[in-house]
Amino acid sequence: MRPTVAFLNRELIERIVAEGRDILCRMGIAIHNPAALKLLSDGGAVVDVSRHHVRFTSDLIDRALGSAPKGFKLYDVMGEEAVDLSGDRVNYTPGSAALNFLDGATGLMRRPTTADYIRYVRIVSGMPHIASQSTAFIPGDVHEKISDSYRLYLSLLHGEKPVVTGTFTIDSFEIMKDLQLAVRGSEAALKAKPLTVFSCCPTSPLKWSTVTSQNVIDCARYHIPVEFVAMPLSGFIAPVTLVGTLIQHTAETLSGIVLSQLANPGTPILYGGSPAIFDVRYETTPMGAVETEMIDCAYAEIGKYLGLPTQAYIALSDAKQLDAQAGLETSMGATLAALAGINNISGPGMLDFESCFSLEKLVVDNEICGMTLRMIQGIEPKGDFPSLGHFTELVREGHLLISKHTRRYRQEEIHLPGPVIDRANRSRWAEEGSKTLMERASAEINRLEAAYTPSRLPDDVKGELTRLMTAEARRYGMDKLPRESR
Amino acid sequence: MDLLANLSQSLQDGDDEKVAALTKEALAAGMSAKQILDNALISGMTVIGNRFKAHEIFLPDVLLSARAMYAGLELLKPLFLKDDIPSRGKVVVGTVQGDLHDIGKNLVSIMLKGAGYEVIDLGNDVPPERFVDTAVAQGAAIIGLSALLTTTMPVMSQVAALLKERGLTGRIKLIIGGAPVSDAYAREIGADAYGFDAVKAVEIVDRFLMRQ
Ligand code: B12
Repeated sequence: MRPTVAFLNRELIERIVAEGRDILCRMGIAIHNPAALKLLSDGGAVVDVSRHHVRFTSDLIDRALGSAPKGFKLYDVMGEEAVDLSGDRVNYTPGSAALNFLDGATGLMRRPTTADYIRYVRIVSGMPHIASQSTAFIPGDVHEKISDSYRLYLSLLHGEKPVVTGTFTIDSFEIMKDLQLAVRGSEAALKAKPLTVFSCCPTSPLKWSTVTSQNVIDCARYHIPVEFVAMPLSGFIAPVTLVGTLIQHTAETLSGIVLSQLANPGTPILYGGSPAIFDVRYETTPMGAVETEMIDCAYAEIGKYLGLPTQAYIALSDAKQLDAQAGLETSMGATLAALAGINNISGPGMLDFESCFSLEKLVVDNEICGMTLRMIQGIEPKGDFPSLGHFTELVREGHLLISKHTRRYRQEEIHLPGPVIDRANRSRWAEEGSKTLMERASAEINRLEAAYTPSRLPDDVKGELTRLMTAEARRYGMDKLPRESR
Repeated sequence: MDLLANLSQSLQDGDDEKVAALTKEALAAGMSAKQILDNALISGMTVIGNRFKAHEIFLPDVLLSARAMYAGLELLKPLFLKDDIPSRGKVVVGTVQGDLHDIGKNLVSIMLKGAGYEVIDLGNDVPPERFVDTAVAQGAAIIGLSALLTTTMPVMSQVAALLKERGLTGRIKLIIGGAPVSDAYAREIGADAYGFDAVKAVEIVDRFLMRQ
């Protein structure tokens, strides 16, 4: 049996969804984008252009829910199937877009560089439990205006895994789409084999900005999957109750789905989010709070009820270092998310309210993810019945270390994490240098980096990526990309 | 307890109805608007500000007290001569062009209002010219900029450049905040100060307007 977790019963889900729809249809929301308003008005919504205001109709919402795919797949740069975002399949992707980087060598936080980013891509390439890359942080050694697209460029050039990303402006979409077209070769090929997911955020409460609503439309045009990342903050820009926050999240997310499906019916989407409680003591948005994680799992239940694939920012921590808090918040989130069957789980590697990335944390989290992936395999009989034979053998031999049953099932039954998770006895641990978690993590980073093999993307495609990115950098007065980028 | 102490306490308790009632009572008892303002409303708000800085109370408490203060202030305003309307100074705030993150900016705005400043909040996605034009037109001595995206930080330096171009550097102080910016960045672009939270924002404004 696959273990699960549920925070809502069906009746509560239905009430929340009904209320969310009611907000959209009776009260309406603000969308600061004439193109989006036009799409909605053509689709039958009640639009007041001067107030940027739109009221949805029930029919519009139903049609969008009908045309949004129930699931979809991502393909790596080589075009091979890599991530299945459907059903209760669970995939992890690193947290994304951090401003800062925790330098493992010095223990200090600083701005990330191109070299850090490439190191990140290399190690994530070899991580078994991290299904995709994300554009995890922002190299500080390029012009700010290309800080969103440049990450995607580096990821596509050096890594093979699909990329969870997003743009910060309307303009950057163009280059970020062109980079993908360069990898796939044509619009049709990109549509057939999605390579990326773009995060697009409604602006809580109940609003879409020009930029992010345009991103939704632009992605839809090219069939690029979008994850909707609403961020209602309980007790601040959302009701303080978890149910109230969920109602708002439902309305905000449904509004995005309608917009994308009007722009291009059938465009893949993820029912996602990054809601949080608001900690009034510190004026922060804790991602590791237990209530935050409860809201995440609960909206994923709503997404599943609506028949949609899901996403959440949940396996991450607000700690400032790789300490016990980092481990406990991340594993609580990863565990709950895996039980909830969230399809795209964002977070590994991330600290400090989504603003600081750590490679050491990423390798620790990879092992956390591995354990949760084992957990959701659940407990199943494997040659256990009848059991008398095993016990007769056990009593006879005194152990089952080399029994046929053990040899047949050990690997699939017992997941062995490591080398970061330490399971040595004390003497051996001491003999091997009494290594701290940080030391083991940094050794693992080095091992992964040494094992990295360059992306198999053909050289001419790599050349084209560099040509496109260089041209984009020139628009902002940078005549060369950092030397390490290639 | 004497009336003004009682009024100050009600403000600290965030009881706007009681503040309004006691303000009326104080006026009826013949106290001057100035007396009530200085010795009850502002003094009460100062206590709140200090307790907030000491992390004894939190943002919602400050908001409740600020609302209570305004309940009293509204009653006093008509009694001041136009030029005497108490204002500790004007501050223009906004999130820079291309950036929609306004939560931090809103908190800064709320705290400055609570501290008695007149805040002209331009919202988010604000072009550089609007900051400078508004500050000039409204006679504000301070512009506070917020940015949360690496892509929008450069707009802050555009505002600094614009102030310089118009010979306003130093006369209109530029303060900046938001997750990606720092002290170093403030120096780099020639801003006058950086604040890491809303309390710091008030401290900086206090310092620039030389009041306590
Ligand atoms: C909430 C949030 C959102 C909400 C914003 C809702 C709103 N109404 O503002 C939503 C979901 C809409 C959102 C959207 C996006 N976001 Co956002 N968001 C955040 C998040 C998680 C928290 C920000 C926040 O509100 N914090 C709480 C407040 C209270 O803190 P604060 O803003 O820092 O403000 C305090 C201080 O900085 C200071 N301060 C702030 N301003 C000022 C001004 C002055 C003068 C002074 C003195 C002080 C001061 O005082 C404040 C109070 O203490 C941050 C992560 C983070 N840790 O910062 C990401 C983050 C900033 N977002 C990010 C991104 C990428 C985006 C999007 C581009 C995503 C997308 N692809 O759609 C869009 C933005 C589109 C755009 N063009 O703006 C990235 C930025 C990456 C980068 N390198 O620039 C971050 C870091 C998250 C991440 N890792 O991905 N986001």
